[in-house]
This record gives sequence, structure tokens and C-alpha cells, in this order.
Amino acid sequence: MLADKDRIFTNVYGFQPWNLPAAQKRGDWDKTKDLMSIGQDAIIDKIKASGLRGRGGAGFPTGMKWSFMPKEPRPDRPNFLVINADESEPGSCKDREIIRHDPHKLIEGALIAGFAMRARAAYIYIRGEYIREAETLFAAVKEAYDAGLLGKNACKSGYDFDVFVHRGAGAYICGEETAMLESLEGKKGQPRLKPPFPAGAGLYGCPTTVNNVESIAVVPTILRRGPEWFSSFGNENNRGTKLFQISGHVEKPCVVEEAMSIPFRELIEKHCGGIRGGWDNLLAVIPGGSSVPLVPAAQIMDCPMDFDGLRALGSGLGTAAIIVMDKSTDVVRAISRLSYFYKHESCGQCTPCREGTGWMWRVMERLRTGDADISEIDTLQQVTKQVEGHTICALGDAAAWPIQGLIRHFRPELERRINERQAGNGMQEAAE
Amino acid sequence: MPKLTVDGIEVEVPAGATVLQACEAAGKEIPRFCYHERLSIAGNCRMCLVEVKPGPPKPQASCALPAADNQEIRTDSPMVKAAREGVMEFLLINHPLDCPICDQGGECDLQDQSVAYGRGHSRYTENKRAVTEKYMGPIIKTIMTRCIQCTRCVRFGEEVAGVEDIGAIYRGENMQITTYLEKAFKSELSGNVADLCPVGALTHKPVAFEYRSWELKKNLSIDVMDAVGTNIRLDSRGRQVMRVLPRINEDVNEEWAHDKTRYHVDALVRRRLDKPYVRKDGKVVEASWDEAFDAIAAAAKAAGSSVAAVAGDLVDCETMFAAKSLVKALGSDLLEGRQTGLSYDVSNLGSVAFNTTIAGIEEADAILLVGSNLRFEAPLINTRIRKAIKKGAKVFAIGEETDLTYKVEWLGNDLGLLAKLPASAAEAIDAAKKPVLIVGPAALKEGQGATLAMASAFQRDGWNGFNVVHTAAARMGGLMLGYAQKGGIADIIAAAPKLAFFLGADEVNFEGFKDSFKVYVGHHGDNGAHHADVILPGATYAEKPGTYVNLEGRVQRADRAVFAPGDAREDWTILRALSDRLGHTLPFDTFEQLRAQMASEVPALGQEGLAGYAFSPPKLAAKASGPVGYAVADFYLTNAICRASPTMQRCSAELIHGEDFAEAAE
Repeated sequence: MLADKDRIFTNVYGFQPWNLPAAQKRGDWDKTKDLMSIGQDAIIDKIKASGLRGRGGAGFPTGMKWSFMPKEPRPDRPNFLVINADESEPGSCKDREIIRHDPHKLIEGALIAGFAMRARAAYIYIRGEYIREAETLFAAVKEAYDAGLLGKNACKSGYDFDVFVHRGAGAYICGEETAMLESLEGKKGQPRLKPPFPAGAGLYGCPTTVNNVESIAVVPTILRRGPEWFSSFGNENNRGTKLFQISGHVEKPCVVEEAMSIPFRELIEKHCGGIRGGWDNLLAVIPGGSSVPLVPAAQIMDCPMDFDGLRALGSGLGTAAIIVMDKSTDVVRAISRLSYFYKHESCGQCTPCREGTGWMWRVMERLRTGDADISEIDTLQQVTKQVEGHTICALGDAAAWPIQGLIRHFRPELERRINERQAGNGMQEAAE
Repeated sequence: MPKLTVDGIEVEVPAGATVLQACEAAGKEIPRFCYHERLSIAGNCRMCLVEVKPGPPKPQASCALPAADNQEIRTDSPMVKAAREGVMEFLLINHPLDCPICDQGGECDLQDQSVAYGRGHSRYTENKRAVTEKYMGPIIKTIMTRCIQCTRCVRFGEEVAGVEDIGAIYRGENMQITTYLEKAFKSELSGNVADLCPVGALTHKPVAFEYRSWELKKNLSIDVMDAVGTNIRLDSRGRQVMRVLPRINEDVNEEWAHDKTRYHVDALVRRRLDKPYVRKDGKVVEASWDEAFDAIAAAAKAAGSSVAAVAGDLVDCETMFAAKSLVKALGSDLLEGRQTGLSYDVSNLGSVAFNTTIAGIEEADAILLVGSNLRFEAPLINTRIRKAIKKGAKVFAIGEETDLTYKVEWLGNDLGLLAKLPASAAEAIDAAKKPVLIVGPAALKEGQGATLAMASAFQRDGWNGFNVVHTAAARMGGLMLGYAQKGGIADIIAAAPKLAFFLGADEVNFEGFKDSFKVYVGHHGDNGAHHADVILPGATYAEKPGTYVNLEGRVQRADRAVFAPGDAREDWTILRALSDRLGHTLPFDTFEQLRAQMASEVPALGQEGLAGYAFSPPKLAAKASGPVGYAVADFYLTNAICRASPTMQRCSAELIHGEDFAEAAE
């Protein structure tokens, strides 16, 4: 279990105020100038050495991402840092806790990360529904400006850096990095074609890095305590600590910072009071937010909660938003509801996702009630394959994976419903 | 120059080419819906997926992927076949199966590609999506249920037409293409989106349900609605031209045509002069050809050599040459084509031509417009300016401020500015590598000398940036044939000809010809016929072969698409027959002989292509001052044909005069 002294987010439960004096007592903004004085490349090297992988879901090494940015930005094409606080993945709620209780960790991280990638400014794109959180963030940024921590000569480091907070309007797709850039530019939030990647041509056509809130917020602490400290947690390639968000059928759902690679059983027992109704009552777990395939109980129990461990199970860590489902769950209905979500949030730009998400949801709804033919399960599986990998952004994949997981692990359940319904219908017909 | 292989075929493509272009270079057809050569890349239909090595193990959109060295592209692998079938199936699940009543049927990309790349059956058993119709104005008919959201129309509106009226609203499967407030798509180029639409969602409203594409006979022609000389194809059924489509000509119109070019055709069967008429007791009455010729012969006998000919805006060079020969045979040389009274100096044709060429505008880096509303005078030159701006050109303009669809620095509405350009414009022109001056027809009236005086500022090595815009398709051909008096039409009026021929001339102020015996040779009952003493029914451009010279001096030939109605005849045959009756038989019996004679007199008219005028501007009084107007007030009603067109009248009422035709929601 992660010791209290090793926690990065020391106010994640909001027991203390979020404001600047309290944050400074917790160690934020402490000698930020010294952290920056080691130089931009040194910061990137340290982040690389820490083994930090992006916390937004894809798990791309953060330090390497920063190193793609131009080393000498042209004056007419400045570098930008965009921080993705459009936390819309069902099950995910970590950025919210960071922003409302520990916003200065994020803002300090923005300054350091922005400095390291030679960015002129950072844009924090916050989800529209996060109203109180946005208010806190606006206030925290103002505090930082007033204290001279941001703006011209930020923290007296000699570096000019601005932080802008931009509120989204509630579209899930704007959490996709290029759709977010479109939205920031004032356009309809639709993902861009890649290449060019944002590091080449991003916000307003300028080199841009898009990072998750958590990836940025952990940076100052990594630099303060050293990359070795950070990389002492977790398995090879999956280093550091991570905010896990456990929801669903556990005794005490919570957001908790833990070391990466903690086994699932240990995580649930230590922090959540166990599964509702005991471990025998566990049906399945969606380990990384709604877009990853679910994992049945038997496989997940002793799995290390990290990128590689869950990939081995055919799923993924995603944002570490763990949705626990016990045996009272109608698992088909649960996945059908997720299908509805993706149908509703598809941007409509490219064909497979626009047309496929609606198709998949409609078939899922019929599978839920059993009003289908057994062969339609295979058809549905093929349709998910026709969507997956054929779209501009990853939303098509995200819509396909939960259904693929369901068919992979719960096909007997689907067939049972169809058979029962057909049997029932048969009886009714006989009665006529 | 990346080198790559497509299905094992090695190809080398220019740097910056896409994989799709590389596949085409290798002779492989790549299906596509959203991709269009002249629009930006959207990459959203996903139909052009191909397998690319090295790369991720999933198919890639070839339209958006840059071709790179050592790529291995497969367009024939099972992965690609499955991807195409999958995308095709998705496109069709919500597409209605109403091909039998769809105007796009027979020329539909979705039809063709579903036959070539689809599975042949659908597994979709749910309800299909339906989308309400959108109002897009008098030109575009919408059946939005058919839309496959390729966004070609949106991109055309933004990028080519420069009118951000069309867009997509909502998201996911509810995404809809619409004009945001269901207002008309206010662009002179709106008809092009119906051509661009790969399905039947946007079709041509004026000809809805009028024809099936395979019924049409196709003839190549040249547009006469403005002086650009758009290359067109006339599609006819029986004796009626059903529609006009642009042909691709990179030098002239790329592949666009404006709405007047496309939709005036309904007038080719309306208000037609299909019989000769003779004025008796102040009224024109139907007559036979003999009676009409007798009346003219009587007048000609009285007139002697006091004869003149005025050419209209739409006539071909052959007609003008025949009339010129007749007038000459009668002993006169009173010829004029500038009906509205312009009298600019034409001693050097280069100084009244569009010297940069239309395509050359794209290379310009500083452009000065003088009294030219190109959006109305030559919309397809306007789109070239938009392209130049995209490459960094700056545009300045002298004239009344108007919306040209791009950013213009308006210098003021005063020709006096020509002598003392504001510093910003003067510096930009001095610094420019390819500066362009565009003189509108309105500026030719007062400002010809002043604009010619500054022509030297627009000369560079191998670059003549001096351009004049005309609005009449017959203008440059007429000038080459000598249809110009020094003082313009005023000289003709002053000469008081006893007999005057009007070749489709409807914009003339006939007050000056009160005492002349007026013979109108033309095709529509408009102003000219109203004033004529004898009306001889002629053919429209669609009903005769002809030579036209556009404002660049590009000689182009058109074919006959249909025959003229009733007793109407091709104009040159009328003049030839009349010459016989007048005892001055013209020395040609066939159209070929006429052409050969015209070519021997004006060699440039004998071959297609740029006539290549020398540029030696005459010295004229350079003083000019005062405001300059615009030549075209109502884009949709500039000549006798489009004034007779119900579609053009509707466009004018709705788009120019703001009348409300929006249909009530059903």
C-alpha cells in the first residue's frame, strides 16, 4: 500500500482548502524557479527517466511526447501546451478531484511542462459540466497571476508564460486531442486527420502538445523528489503512482492514489472495502473507463492494474476508471447503455462511426431483450470490426471494444436471452 | 520525388502528392466520395482506404496520406476489399433506396461504387434515418435523407464560392447539412454543389424530374453569358436543351460554371422569335420570309450606302463576319458592338484584353481592382482571385464597397485615386513580383486613360499585369472584326443610317435610331424586337456552331446542340439569303467557306487558342476623377436569354431583390 509520504495528491479529498496559501503549505510552488533552472532538456530527460506514461488513456511516454516539440520555435509559430481537462469518459473522475481540490499542482505543472517544451502558453480545456471546478480553476489561475507565479517573468524565472482556461460545451468528442484543438479554435469539435500530428501543426497551426491533467499535475512532484523516486513504484514500463477511480458495486467507491501495478484484489480490499456481497459475487470489471473491453471476474482478480497487465487480458488501463459490476448487473444492458453513449457522442464526421454506432446500439438493444437471431451476434461482431480501425479518431474503436468484450466473454448469456425469448414466443404462438 | 509501389507497380510521384494520387498514377482506381481534386481534403468518407506498409496494421485513408519513399501500397488485398465493403455497407444503411425517382440516378457515385465495391446485400434490418428537407434557394433542391455527409458542398461554399452559407449541424448520425437558417445559398456559383454532390441529396431544382441523364445527347459548346468563355456541355433531349454542365478547362473555368451559365436554358424555349415579323401601321405582324426580305429590300434601295450594323452581346464571330460582309457590300463600314455607349480606345487590342490570362491570376501577389465587381462581371475570375489570396496575394480596390467574398482593402470610390494611390497599395504593387491591375467595364468609360497610364507599374519581366474585364461574350471577337467606331455607338447615331441591322442587340438605346429602318436578327422577343421594323428569327448560341473569343483573346469553338425552333434559321444563313435578295450575294455558300474567309481576313480567328495581342498602350488623356460605378447591376438578368428565363427571374427576385420565396415547412 502506498505510504502517505509518497502521495503526490495530498489534498485529493479536499480536507484542506484548495487556495494558494494552503497549496504552498503542501509544498506546491516551492522554489519552482529552481526546478526550471536546470534547463528545458534536463526537465524532459528527468520526465523520461521517471517512466511517466500519459494518464489520459493511451499511455504514451510523456517525456518522449514533449521531446517532439520544436527546440527553437519561430516567433510567428509559438509552441503551445494544451491540457485536456475534458474528462468525459464514463467512470472517470480523477481530473475533477485534482482541479477542485489541488488546482495549483496542475497550474505549477503547466508552467514547468510549458517551459520544458518551450511553449508560449497553456490552454486548459475544461469540461463544460464542471461548473464549480471551472470556477475553482479560474480563481486559482488568478491567484497564481496575482502572486507573480504566471505571466511575465513567471516565478521570477525570466520566462513568460500564460495559462488560459477554456470551458467546453459538453461534447465527449472534444476530449479527443485534435477535436479539442478544433474546439479551442472556435470550430465544430471534429477530430482532424493525422498526420500532421499536433506536435507539427496543432492549435492555430502551431506546434502543440496535448496532455492529460494528471500527467501535468504530477510533474512538479517528480522533479522535486526525483525521477528515481517516481520510478520506484510499479512494474517495468508502468512506473509511478496513479489515481484510481473505483465505482460500481464495491462497498466504498472512491478515488485513491496508489502505486501502479497494484493487484486488483489488493486495491479493492484496501481502499474500497471489498466487493459488494463478497468476491464470489463479482461478475466483471471494466478496468479503464467505458471504452475498454470488460474483463470477467476470474481473470481480473489478481491482475496487476497497469497498462501492460490489462493489455495482456485484452483490455486496457485507460484512465484507471474501474467500473465494478457484481452479479446483480444486467451486463448486456450495461454495455448497451455504453453503446448508446457512443452513438450519442459520435461527431458524425466519418462514415463507419457515424453509421456504425447507431447500428450497434440498435442491435444491442434487441440483444438485451433477446429479440434477435443467434446469427446477429456474429453480424454485430463483424460490424464492430468494420468500425474498429477504420475511423479518423479512436471513438470508433472505443465504441467497438465494449461490445467485442461482451461478445468475447458473455456470448452464452446473449444466446440464452435469444433462445428464451424464442421459446417464449413459440409458446405464445401455440396458444393462439 | 517519392518512389513507391502500388500493387507491385513502381511509381514516382511529385513531392507532396498523396497516396491516392500515387495509386491513380499507377492506374489503380480508388473509390472516393469526400475527396475532390479542387477542394481541401476531409478524409471523412473512408472509402479510399488502402493498405500501407510500413504503417499501423489497419487500412489508411489514401486521400489524406502523403506519399513517401519506399511505401508499399496494396489496393487489392483482402483487408482493402473488406474495408471498402464495410464502408459501403455503412453508407447504404441509412441511404434510401429511391434510385428510380432520384434525379442523380444514372450518374450517381454511390450507385456506381456500390455496384463496383459493395457486397450486394444489406444486413441492416433496423429503421432507416429520415432527414427533413432544407431550403437552399431557387437553384438547389435538397433531399437530405440521401445525404452521405461527405461535406463537399460545405467545403465548396467555404473555399471556392467564399460564401459560408452551408454547414453541418448536430453530430453523430443526426448530423445534417444545411444552410444554417434555411436561407438561400447566396452565391453565383451555387449550382456547382449539385454537381459536386456524389449522391442525389443536392440536385438542380429548375430541372427536377425533367430528364434522366442517359436520355440526353451531349454537345460541346461555349458559354455566352459572360466574357469568360466557360467551356460547357449542352445536354439535350429532342429539340430542347435540358441542362448545361461545365467541361474541364484548366485555363478558363477549371470545372466550375456559374448559375447563369447553367440555368438560363429554360429560356431557350421561351419568348422565342420563331417567325419573321414586319411592322405594318406601327404594329409588328407575322410575315413570311419573302415578305420580310421584300420590306428590307425596299428600305435598302432607299438607303443606298447609309447602312449600319450593331452586334449584340451573345453573337458569334461568324454572324458578325457575315453582317460585316453585307454592310461592306452595301458600301458602308458603320459597325459597332458596344451597345451601351462605351467608346474606349481600341487601337491596340492588347490594352483592352485580359493579359495575365485567367489562370495567371492565381500567381498574382498584389491585385488592384478598378471599378470591377468581379462577382457579377466574371464570377470565375473571382474564384481565381480567391486562390491567389490563399497563396498570399493582397487585393486593393477602387470603387463602391461591395462583398467580393474575400478581404479587400477599399481605397475609395474615386478614379482620381489612380493618379495618387495610397501608400499601402503603391508599396504592395511596387514590391510585388506579379502585380495585377483589373479594369472593370465601368472604369473603361472614364478611366481608360488613367489606368493605361499606370500600366507600366504592372509590367515585370515576362509578365503583363494589365487586365480589362468585359461582360459580353461577343466583345473581343467583335473588336477583332472591327465592330468599333472611334466614338462608339454615338458615331453610328450621328451618321444617321437609313438601314440598321441589329444582331441580337437588345441593350441599345433605340431613341437614336428613330429614323432608321431597323432590322433585328435575333432569337428572343426582347428590347430589340420591340423596336424593330423587321424581325428575322435567328438562332441562339445553342442552335448554331460558332466561334467565340473570350476576354483573354482565347478563340474557342462551339457546336450546335439542337435546331432552332419554327422558321428560325442560323444567323449567317439569314444574312446570306438576304444578301442574295439585295443583289449583293455574299461570296460563301457553306459555313466552312464563311469560316475560311473569316480566317483569311482575321487569321487569329482561324485557329483555337490565345490570339496573342501585342501590348502597346495608346497615349490617352490620363486625367480622371469622380466615382466609378459597376457595369452589372443585376447578375441574373443581363441579356435577352436570361431575362426570358423563369429561373433567372426567380433568382433575381430572391437573391438580388430580397423577395421571400421560402417554402412553408411541410
